[in-house]
Amino acid sequence: MTTETTNDPSKLLLKTDRKIGIIGYGAYVPRYRIPGEDISMVWTGHKTGSPVKEKSVAGIDEDVITMSIEAARNAIARAGIDPCELRAVWVGSESHPYAVKPSGTVVAEAIGASASIQSGDWEFACKAGTEAMVAAIALTGSGMGRYAMAIGMDTAQGKPADALEYTAASGGAAFIIGPAEEAVVEIEASYSFVSDTPDFWRRAEMKYPEHGQRFTGEPAYFKHIEGAARIMLDGMKRSPSDYTYGVFHQPNPKFPQRVAATLGFTPEQIKDGLLSPDIGNTYAGSAMIGLTAILDIAKPGDRILMVSYGSGAGSDAFSLVVTDKIAARRELATSTAEYIARRTQIDYGTYLRYRGNISME
Amino acid sequence: MEVPRHWRLKQQRYALVGEVCPHCDSKIFPPRDVCPYCGEEAKTQYTMSGKGKVYSYTIMRDAPAGYEENIPYTVAVVALEEGPMVTAQLTDLGDKPVEIGMPVEMVTRRIRQDGDKHGMLVYGYKFRPAVRA
Repeated sequence: MTTETTNDPSKLLLKTDRKIGIIGYGAYVPRYRIPGEDISMVWTGHKTGSPVKEKSVAGIDEDVITMSIEAARNAIARAGIDPCELRAVWVGSESHPYAVKPSGTVVAEAIGASASIQSGDWEFACKAGTEAMVAAIALTGSGMGRYAMAIGMDTAQGKPADALEYTAASGGAAFIIGPAEEAVVEIEASYSFVSDTPDFWRRAEMKYPEHGQRFTGEPAYFKHIEGAARIMLDGMKRSPSDYTYGVFHQPNPKFPQRVAATLGFTPEQIKDGLLSPDIGNTYAGSAMIGLTAILDIAKPGDRILMVSYGSGAGSDAFSLVVTDKIAARRELATSTAEYIARRTQIDYGTYLRYRGNISME
Repeated sequence: MEVPRHWRLKQQRYALVGEVCPHCDSKIFPPRDVCPYCGEEAKTQYTMSGKGKVYSYTIMRDAPAGYEENIPYTVAVVALEEGPMVTAQLTDLGDKPVEIGMPVEMVTRRIRQDGDKHGMLVYGYKFRPAVRA
């Protein structure tokens, strides 16, 4: 696959005919936390350090559908629209509760959306939610519909004793895309960069994913995030210093810090959206919930660069500008920081029970 | 298998969709098309806010069939802001003891699976301590 089709990066950017933006956003983090050192104690007797302080764990009665419903309700509260005005309710995840039966239709009925919507589920590892965002941008930017909702949510699967068990977490965010004149954040452009890369997968009917040895870093995460971010920056004729915030997919704390530094973002620019030390990697929700934490504190005129990453592999980059509607809307729902502060620590046994990892048969 | 029953009740279970009486303005849950307060016909849909207070509660340690996965769990009678009383599970209690009068809010959660692991997933309302009390 060739990586560029033109020498002019501005021609690669995805821009809409109508100006559009995020008119409502909502986060969700379940209340349970397991410290990384508890996982280390069980499998290595504390000999291995954890990449995160702790990770969020969905409760026994939670899954991607229930968590999406709560994030979606928060987004509706902030948008201040009648849910019947939505023309799409899309859920991106790698933990859809059913193999066949859409998550989106349950979420749509629970939030009071009408029957006149698109509602297919999305899957592209950790960028399924931002892929749905691009589709929502296209649907509203073309004038096909006024509002569309894109959700990135996961209850990520970590195989016991695997390196990913320390970080595979639960949480995510919902965004309602609509006309720029109603937006809390204007979306200037998006750009997506993908290739066939075997870094991480889960075969059909398998409970846990596998990862492809050394593919995880350079040829996967770094290549795609840097590829998407550089085309976006060059295409917009901007440098990282033109952005107040950068937020990147965060499988751990180290990768986003390193990719930010490589691109030229300072630690100050990424610290408010970097949630993985406290909640772990929420997979399809990871970059998106980082963005919600930024929107909870951003000021009008602030520019934000968001770049997701999904294994298999690809990245979606978004160039965003905060509008003056942000201050009044953000108070209308629970903030991301409030969800993170609402925590109950659980032990490893309870964690196994909540994640359905104790066989009763 | 009770698929038709779950399908029929989904609206009230997912989002506390009840009715409002056009004659006496009483809010009605679950919906029953006749106002229990004035006896007139009441078919106008009304979605409850989901806010309420614990009126009474008990702890289930021996669950009925289909609910064993969650034991022990708390079942409460919740007095909704709009008036109706609803029986539901409490969830996400954390370390907080349940108290009568405690403010709670509705969340949509996975209630159980219909039958075994081949069955449909049943979602519905539970209540948790209000995040913003």
